[in-house]
Amino acid sequence: MSSYKYHVLICGGTGCTSSKSELIKDNLENLIKEKGLENDVQVVRTGCFGFCEQGPIVKFLPDNTFYVQVKPEDAEELVNEHIVKGRKVERLLYVEPTEKEKIDESKKMPFYKKQIRVALRNAGLINPDDIDEYIANDGYQALAKALSMTPEEVVEEMKESGLRGRGGGGFPTGLKWAFAQRAQGDIKYVVCNADEGDPGAFMDRSVLEGDPHSVIEGMAIAAYAIGARQGYVYIRAEYPLAVKRLQNAINQAKEYGLLGENIFGTDFSFDLEIRLGAGAFVCGEETALLASIEGYRGEPRTKPPFPANKGLWGKPTIINNVETFANVAPIILKGAKWFRSLGTEKSPGTKVFALAGKVNNVGLVEVPMGITLREVIFDIGGGIRGNKKFKAVQTGGPSGGCIPAEYLDTPIDFDTLTALGSMMGSGGMIVMDEETCMPDVAKFYLEFSVEESCGKCTPCRIGNVRLLETLDKITSGRATMDDLERMRILGETIKDSALCGLGQTSPNPILSTMHYFKDEYEAHVLDKSCPAGVCKNLITYKIDKEKCVGCTACARVCPVEAISGTIKNPHEIDQEKCIKCGACYATCRFGAIEKI
Amino acid sequence: MPKIKSLEDLLKQKESAKDKLSLRKVAENDNVITLRVAMGTCGIAAGAKETFDKLLETIEEKKLENIRVIQTGCMGYCHAEPTVEVVEPGKEPILYGKISGDKAKELIEKHILNGELLQDSIIGETHTSINE
Ligand SMILES: Cc1cc2nc3c(=O)[nH]c(=O)nc-3n(C[C@H](O)[C@H](O)[C@H](O)COP(=O)(O)O)c2cc1C
Ligand code: SF4
Ligand code: SF4
Ligand code: SF4
Ligand code: FES
Ligand code: FES
Repeated sequence: MSSYKYHVLICGGTGCTSSKSELIKDNLENLIKEKGLENDVQVVRTGCFGFCEQGPIVKFLPDNTFYVQVKPEDAEELVNEHIVKGRKVERLLYVEPTEKEKIDESKKMPFYKKQIRVALRNAGLINPDDIDEYIANDGYQALAKALSMTPEEVVEEMKESGLRGRGGGGFPTGLKWAFAQRAQGDIKYVVCNADEGDPGAFMDRSVLEGDPHSVIEGMAIAAYAIGARQGYVYIRAEYPLAVKRLQNAINQAKEYGLLGENIFGTDFSFDLEIRLGAGAFVCGEETALLASIEGYRGEPRTKPPFPANKGLWGKPTIINNVETFANVAPIILKGAKWFRSLGTEKSPGTKVFALAGKVNNVGLVEVPMGITLREVIFDIGGGIRGNKKFKAVQTGGPSGGCIPAEYLDTPIDFDTLTALGSMMGSGGMIVMDEETCMPDVAKFYLEFSVEESCGKCTPCRIGNVRLLETLDKITSGRATMDDLERMRILGETIKDSALCGLGQTSPNPILSTMHYFKDEYEAHVLDKSCPAGVCKNLITYKIDKEKCVGCTACARVCPVEAISGTIKNPHEIDQEKCIKCGACYATCRFGAIEKI
Repeated sequence: MPKIKSLEDLLKQKESAKDKLSLRKVAENDNVITLRVAMGTCGIAAGAKETFDKLLETIEEKKLENIRVIQTGCMGYCHAEPTVEVVEPGKEPILYGKISGDKAKELIEKHILNGELLQDSIIGETHTSINE
């Protein structure tokens, strides 16, 4: 037991930091000093707890009280009540959205119940800026253990674990290492892909911010396994906090001799450097990323040769994702068998998802593979916001697709998602409700791909623009059934002919929504209507004369004065003038305005 | 900081850093025994702070790892302060009264380590506090 009576953990993730968690920490520390309690209470800034939507999060130990949405000015009450008087501050407890119950401990929250944290094992528990706390939680023991094994044994353990790359494709990590181990060359490299370009994704950032040493340790083990001496972490410059924590962790590891020459007194030496990326999505593609580190434009090249044989500066290179590396140390320490006890036969282990969209509990969740979409969305995610109906879940970002309600009970793993026409991708999971228009969603992702295309190959550079034009025709009611068919054929062609993964997967959002929501596309094309009521060109606002009480509220908010009528008499919308902003619809308290 | 040159060095460093995390790991543990010390105004006046410290001290001395000490508000037994409630997983909580100084040490030695109740110090029915 430490001599502290209380530990106060404050989330230092990007989300909570942007809502002033640093100031909360300062306030708490000052008050604690003022009261002479600094020897009783330890205040620690940790990584992300995952429940970012409820942030800033402050957790009190040992009683595990989980305070949400804490403001800097709440510090005083927290110290006076919780620490001095031992009473929980009720108003800062989490309220469960369906039962409206207050829940005081994270363990009791549905959000945390089905989660198993492997990659995020230390996030929200340790101070990422203190290497001793990482060591106290078994840190660097896996590296020590790996160094007592032969490199072949390390690779064998990784192969047996069945770990698959968490960066999107799901390629077996052990196999990739075996290729690099076998490749000829006196110089080899290990590279960590921390580019994380998917819109809405922040898994890798959270791992780096909350537990940078887990990535360093994983990379060092990889380096030992293949015989590399040098590693690089390629991270986007838009992640300043992650960069800072990682740099600090590298410095501390060097000070301890856990990076550098003759690690653990063996003849294994390994050094690590950070390379900042400018944040182009395509730079996350491995060959583009390597080109970018070498100082060239971040453009993909054809494979083979694969980086394992010809990577950085033509030398054999392992490139893995942040989360992949974060899984390595527990596998080496606890063994492949333990790892296989989690997840499914073909996709062992856990996966971190960034759960977003129309669910009640938005946040970062780590779950065993094989859990169903329903469990993630309804049990952990707490169901759909505002009691609306679930329509689809988008996985895999711009490379993935939309999965409809009938597949909610599908166990999630790499292969099932691909079979459904989507992807695991890096772990974005966006939940959509009945008010989402599927052609409109497809358009959003395609716009992203068009913008991020590097332009090197024709199918992606030109094909995607044609796809986008067709989608635009559909959502504005100008398309024919022939357009739908042409779009499908073009999509298939781009998939088959693009040079890199960006182009090869960019039609997925279209193809999957066309497959599962054919009716909706047809409604746009044949009936010129948008069933979800999203596409501006296809909807009209009308006032129901029976229901309108003539309160004039709508007329007052209409920005173009399209609504006329006198007080206490039914109002009317001039369709010529209406710009379909929806302001009147949102304003009418009598449900008199219809969207059709 | 000297360099870590071997697994032994690492384990030594872990041992000396362990304290930083022990409280946090105890909190994560589902099987932990909780000692709740009532620290309302009357409790503190009756010496609950000393009781709290003594409990922690003894736990440290005995190197117990699955036990946590929590302060709570007044439990309503002012006449018997300082009061300590022992909550063991899967068992009825036991409420002790007049646990000051050495009694606190005895509580850990007898109740926690030997499973013996301190018959003389038990006060009536325990209840679930509204703080739970
Ligand atoms: C357009 C594009 C973007 C990518 N972005 C990322 C990324 O941000 N992070 C990542 O780890 N992998 C990304 N990948 C996948 C990488 O090319 C590579 O497969 C991965 O880093 C390998 O690591 P893993 O085996 O550990 O998953 C991207 C691929 C493509 C085609
Ligand atoms: S598919 Fe797109 S991003 Fe990839 S090389 Fe071709 S143009 Fe560039
Ligand atoms: S806000 Fe609704 S009720 Fe009021 S005038 Fe407009 S349509 Fe009628
Ligand atoms: S939708 Fe907008 S522009 Fe049209 S009538 Fe309503 S408020 Fe006016
Ligand atoms: S950033 Fe604080 S909980 Fe995620
Ligand atoms: S383009 Fe939206 S439902 Fe239509």
